[in-house]
Amino acid sequence: MQRKQNSITLSALFMLALLFLSLATVAAAATDPTNGTNIFAPASTPAKMVAHLSVFVLAITGIIFVVVFTLLVYSVIKFRGRAVDAGREPAQVYGSTQIELAWTIIPILIVIVLFLATARAIHAVQDAPEPAGAVEVTAIGHQYWWEFRYPKLGVVTANELHIPVSDPANPTPTFLTLLSADTDHSFWIPELAGKTDLIPNHPNRMWMDPLRTGIFLGQCAQYCGVQHAKMLLRVSVDSPADFAAWARGQQQPAVQDASVATGRRVFESNACMNCHAVAGTNANGRFGPDLTHLMTRATIASGAATNTPENLRLWIQDPNAIKPGSLMPAMKLSDSDLDAVVSYMETLR
Amino acid sequence: MSSNAITIPGVQIDEKPWVDTLHEWVTTVDHKRLGVLYILYALLFLVIAGVEALIIRIQLMFPHNHFVSPGVFNRLFTMHGTTMVFFMGMPILFGFANYLVPLMIGARDMAFPRLNAFSFWLSALGGFLLYFSLVGANGLYGAGNAPDVGWWAYAPLTARAFSPGHSTDYWTLALLVSGFGSIGTAINIIATILCMRCPGMKLNRMPLLAWLNLVMAGMVLLAVSPLTAAQFMLLIDRYLGGHFFDTQAGGSAMLWMHFFWIFGHPEVYILIIPCFAFMSEIIPVFSRKPIFGYPVMVAATVCIGFVSMSVWAHHMFSVGMNSYANSFFTITTMAVGVPTGIKIFNWLGTMWGGRIQFKVPMLFCIGFLFQFLIAGLTGVMLGSAAFASQLTLSYFVVAHFHYTLVGGVVFGVFAAIYYWYPKITGRMLNETLGKLHFWLFLIGFHLTFDLMHIPGLLGMPRRIYTYEPGRGWDTLNLLISVGGFIQAIAVVIFVANLVISYFKGKTAGNDPWDAWTLEWSTSSPPPAYNFASIPVVASRRPLWDLKHPEDPDSQYE
Repeated sequence: MQRKQNSITLSALFMLALLFLSLATVAAAATDPTNGTNIFAPASTPAKMVAHLSVFVLAITGIIFVVVFTLLVYSVIKFRGRAVDAGREPAQVYGSTQIELAWTIIPILIVIVLFLATARAIHAVQDAPEPAGAVEVTAIGHQYWWEFRYPKLGVVTANELHIPVSDPANPTPTFLTLLSADTDHSFWIPELAGKTDLIPNHPNRMWMDPLRTGIFLGQCAQYCGVQHAKMLLRVSVDSPADFAAWARGQQQPAVQDASVATGRRVFESNACMNCHAVAGTNANGRFGPDLTHLMTRATIASGAATNTPENLRLWIQDPNAIKPGSLMPAMKLSDSDLDAVVSYMETLR
Repeated sequence: MSSNAITIPGVQIDEKPWVDTLHEWVTTVDHKRLGVLYILYALLFLVIAGVEALIIRIQLMFPHNHFVSPGVFNRLFTMHGTTMVFFMGMPILFGFANYLVPLMIGARDMAFPRLNAFSFWLSALGGFLLYFSLVGANGLYGAGNAPDVGWWAYAPLTARAFSPGHSTDYWTLALLVSGFGSIGTAINIIATILCMRCPGMKLNRMPLLAWLNLVMAGMVLLAVSPLTAAQFMLLIDRYLGGHFFDTQAGGSAMLWMHFFWIFGHPEVYILIIPCFAFMSEIIPVFSRKPIFGYPVMVAATVCIGFVSMSVWAHHMFSVGMNSYANSFFTITTMAVGVPTGIKIFNWLGTMWGGRIQFKVPMLFCIGFLFQFLIAGLTGVMLGSAAFASQLTLSYFVVAHFHYTLVGGVVFGVFAAIYYWYPKITGRMLNETLGKLHFWLFLIGFHLTFDLMHIPGLLGMPRRIYTYEPGRGWDTLNLLISVGGFIQAIAVVIFVANLVISYFKGKTAGNDPWDAWTLEWSTSSPPPAYNFASIPVVASRRPLWDLKHPEDPDSQYE
């Protein structure tokens, strides 16, 4: 019996060890600034409110866990069958109304506390009024990329969202209207806000007010089809001056560079322009990302690859090599046409 | 003991041609044989869906891994989820309900034996249809095209525009057909429990297993019906030009979510309540005490049954419901925690002051208690709509529901198999192999599912076939996969134990655990008619009264 007691204790210790290991990993990751997708490293008000509530809920459930876990371990060890008891039955106890009442009422009180704390956070996040200085963005989910439109600024871009940092004294939060062009998607930047789905015929709203500048990462969280995994999100939180400069740049029509006229002709005489738009030219397709300022983006294919000439070339010729199942067709261009198109793309700053 | 085992007609099968034996099993209406068929069928699917899980885990061992293609990965998680819920979880629990309920309430069979057989074969057909998609979904030239819409198959991904071919149709038909089977079985369980109890077995003397299965069957009626209706609507959309879920034509994606989850959440309780039933039978026997607070356990179960019908939209905390709806589903979800907590406390109260025997069934029960405690607490976190806006759709959710479905349901099922195998086969399972199975599975389980919570907290969404390096997910995913293989080894040991013990196990006798409910009063395996004469009971523990005539339970009830 001693051996059994040991093995039960050991397994209990093993589980506790794993639990602490888990907490330690989260703590370590929380202090690691390069990680970028940790829900316990919030950098905006809605994410902070959720994180604070989360710590409160974790604390309460942690206390419940420790208490009940201790009772379970204690009773398993204390009331284990011993050889001396063989053949004798313990006292037959059928129940106790007082004890039942106690372990009914206490959980009810805990539930009420947790509910009130949650309801407060829900209200604060979901029902926050939109201040006058807010930036409006319409995010449209596509299989498998993101379209971002700034209706007040007249800017259209894809996959990499730029928003201004928000000074708490003079808040400039970003309010997003979430739409979908096809299936369900979900917008999730863990450090900026909880996720909200993009559902066809069901416009949603969400907001975030980043409190520091930098790059924040995330990705589509609602299964949307074969390339759900490579529908990555990248949010650049800029200083007000940088954001204004970026918006001014995006408002310009595409750079017209005579040296890449061949590439532009290839682009406009092939299927490219059916799906992609380049402002200031005849290309105004909307099935794929707007390419007017492609070179201002750090990645292509919704974050699946970095925006280098080699990757662009590979992407145009064989999208499946980077993102199998993507809706971009393989263009099957000749080498010279391909070089010309890539050169054209490289001028779209 | 083996030499004087009662000779019953079924034991002679060795001398009959195998075709006769097969014919007997296929045409059987005996609740015990149907129960065994359900269990074997479910174990087969446990192995198939387990292999699917292993392939998923190999793919996720390393970032940017290329073990399977994105399309295959999506089919794997769709088939894994659908199989485990509909063709492993429900059948194995129906199997135990079929086998045990008549025996425990002193009946000779289910109320409707032919409906029982019909329901089983419908469920079996459902599983077959799902896997037939592998060859039939795109015609024979498109072999390998299983459904890839996820086990909850959100609209509009299931519309013909996004799911061409027939893979989604096979998914729909599989659930439709097995749904009819489930409803038939549920009606049967309810009728059996309400109408077939032996003399003296009043409702408040029924074993808790019968009570909990009664609640489970009632929930099946309420929950599976909307799912079946929704499958019809989806078929109408796909083939008759309907627009229920067709968003391109003004249909509603939200409607499908509501239909699915008003089934989907009660479904979780449909799976776990029978496991609560196993706990409520096994823990008392190995603690040598009656269940603590029998009436409270019944009340808590009925309460879970009702409240769980009003919590479904907590699966939809990210879809953009308003703050009042989110608050409502927060309070109802957290409220379920109260009766569930009461159950854990009552099992603790049962162990308290007892003489716990650490036989393999009890080890699995103790594992269940620890794990269900954690699963319940992470459930409270997910019930908090604001916290859930971060946790939902992430690996935290995957960890949470595997904690309930593996740490809860699978541990409960293992406990039940080790406990009732002697009754079903007449032989004991090997205790040493059983302990090896338990410890290996426990270690593998915790390695996999404890760690799986963390990538979710670090922003890893579910259902992605690969992931970016450098986000703190890499090492964790590798360890999670290693844990999966440890569990697989444990399951191999378990299956080996089932087979070896069937031929070489110790003879069990009628009552190897010194238990108290009616199934242990008849032979192992029980004869086709269960009881030579219908028993008469005077308390909740008829065999205790028999063994302790000086101090019967009937004095206290």
